[in-house]
Amino acid sequence: MSDLTTTTAPSAAPPAGGARVAPPGPSRGRSTLLRLLPAVALIAVLAVFPIFVGGFWLTIGFSVFAAVIGAVGLNLLVGTTGQLSLAHAFFLAVGAVTYVYVSGSPGGVSTEYGGLELPPLVGLIAGVLAAGLAGLLVSPITARLHGIYLGIATLGLVFIGVYLLNTVSYVTGGFNGRLVPDFELFGFNFGANEGPYLEVAGVPFGRNERLWYLGLVLCVLACWFAVNLLRSRPGRALQMVRDSETAGSVLGINVQEYKAKVFLVSSMYAGLAGVLYALSIGSIAPESFRLPLSVFYLAMVVLGGLGSVWGAVLGATFVTALPLVFQEYAAALPFIVEPGQSGGIIAPQAASFLFGIAIILVVIFEPGGLAGLARKLRRLTPSRPSRGSGPGRRSARAEIPTSASADSSTGGTLS
Amino acid sequence: MTQFLSLLLNGLSLGAIYALIALGFVIIYKASEVVTFMQGSLLLLGAYVIAATNEDLGFALAVVLGLLVTVIGAVLMERLVISRLRGAPVISLAIVTIGADLILLTELTRRIGSDILSVGQPWGGDTVSFGDVGIATNRLLAIVVAGVLIGAFFVAFKYSSWGIAMRAAAEDGEAAALMGIRLGRVSMGAWGVAGVLAATAGLFATGSPTPGVTPSVALVALAAIPAAILGGLDSTGGALVGGLVIGIAVSMASGYQDNLEFLGRGFGPVVPYLVMLLVLLFRPSGLFGTRDVTRV
Repeated sequence: MSDLTTTTAPSAAPPAGGARVAPPGPSRGRSTLLRLLPAVALIAVLAVFPIFVGGFWLTIGFSVFAAVIGAVGLNLLVGTTGQLSLAHAFFLAVGAVTYVYVSGSPGGVSTEYGGLELPPLVGLIAGVLAAGLAGLLVSPITARLHGIYLGIATLGLVFIGVYLLNTVSYVTGGFNGRLVPDFELFGFNFGANEGPYLEVAGVPFGRNERLWYLGLVLCVLACWFAVNLLRSRPGRALQMVRDSETAGSVLGINVQEYKAKVFLVSSMYAGLAGVLYALSIGSIAPESFRLPLSVFYLAMVVLGGLGSVWGAVLGATFVTALPLVFQEYAAALPFIVEPGQSGGIIAPQAASFLFGIAIILVVIFEPGGLAGLARKLRRLTPSRPSRGSGPGRRSARAEIPTSASADSSTGGTLS
Repeated sequence: MTQFLSLLLNGLSLGAIYALIALGFVIIYKASEVVTFMQGSLLLLGAYVIAATNEDLGFALAVVLGLLVTVIGAVLMERLVISRLRGAPVISLAIVTIGADLILLTELTRRIGSDILSVGQPWGGDTVSFGDVGIATNRLLAIVVAGVLIGAFFVAFKYSSWGIAMRAAAEDGEAAALMGIRLGRVSMGAWGVAGVLAATAGLFATGSPTPGVTPSVALVALAAIPAAILGGLDSTGGALVGGLVIGIAVSMASGYQDNLEFLGRGFGPVVPYLVMLLVLLFRPSGLFGTRDVTRV
């Protein structure tokens, strides 16, 4: 939501605001620049990351990029439009399988599978399109259903997806799955140290480094598109659909059509995320696309903050990286043990506990999620006094400005 | 013909288990407007407690304890989380139950590990035959117990003051509250009843012909969600019909698997969702659900 506020600030803002609450006019370009600064800085830092950190963090990073894309897409559907969907795992699977089939080679030992051996870029695009097509195919059902009926109907898609993954083994490799072909762009291989040798600042650029950049670029594009979408007319219409379908249709918004379209966009995001997810896990099997995957994506958007692109980025990072970090530092952390040992919790389970608790706490106390929390913290810092009091700030929830007790007093007072 | 009758009977018994869970789902929705995804972990909680204590306490006491623990779990959820969120969007409420389900399910999975615990039903793996048609005693008991429980619920729903309060609360919460009905209590009672139903379903879902208590038993409750949707989220009678329809459909699909070879392995678990999607395509609010009418 915060993305919208700076541009909609009316020109009647008090002059004390200075450059931040600039009136529309010549200086507007500067305010846009300032607003983009954190994002640009973050991208710049991420761009030099591979030179300084090792393979473990780069692998996590690539998984995070994949998850961010998926979470941003899901957030458009759940957060912005208010349509609960548990089908994200299904659309990820569609994207992943299409990529693997289109770009993979035929093979298989016990179950034979085919492959079209087209360039991976074609596979990636096909994956996105196929996921979008799947979204369109189910949208006659989904667009007719109201909020919660939709959530439950989409639950069915996950089971149908796993069944198809097991059954259509000529495409998917069946129960054991199949290997994911390396990504390649105009002859430049992103895979296992093949292709042209590359070295930057004395660091050899292998698979991890190359995939990092692929993920980063796609991720930035995906976020950029989402931010612009939210700020455009369709984005506003989607928020209207969330807040009141009746009011929206009175204002001339074709509610059914917008619901179907956002489902399409969201599933295309999921398709892209699926391709990257497949690249990050190396081989696809039905096990990787079960219901928990959908639940984790839901956790990402809820923890990050419904309706906020930044929130989805934060949520996806948190939910994806945490189990992997737990795993890596199991020895150093209390309560967490290696798999097979007794007297403790293994890393994925510890992460699940944490997500479950975090979801409940977030919904009760901070419905804005991590993004909402960050917004509050930012307004508590005295260095930017103009932010909190700007008249253009509006928010889905009533927020108590610049008070030290704001965090504890907002959600709890309702009960 | 024998096969058909046998599949029908087994489908009915499976449907009775689904109906128990679906009914709990509908009761919670009517009383507190929450679509709960927690039924699976509650069911597993009940079954786990029975399995863990039946050697020390004996079967009967273990069942009582299992029911009690499940009810306490459900009521705690309502008191600690749901009651704080009255008036929150339906999606937030659903998401909260998914979070709680994640916690409870992870803990139970951790405790059960890779073992298959036995609930220790005294009737074990016995079967009963009617002529050529055979059925596991466990499944037959499921039909009887579910019939009694559901019947008792409908009577209570219609005549008891709790039932009347609940119907009033479901009709118009605000008006009911103004008439002196305590919505908190109604909602708490609904979660408690749903806990009993879930634990009972857990008891029978883990008996013969199922091997025992494994984390995957929680999936039974997920299959009951289509049953509730099929009948209509706010229709108690619909939950019963939906449960039976889904049960029979699953039973037929796995029984005639040989004739459905072209569909491949593992088609059974998908059937509830396919049936649900088919119904929703034509009736977006289920078979007996009230249609959402928006007044402008």
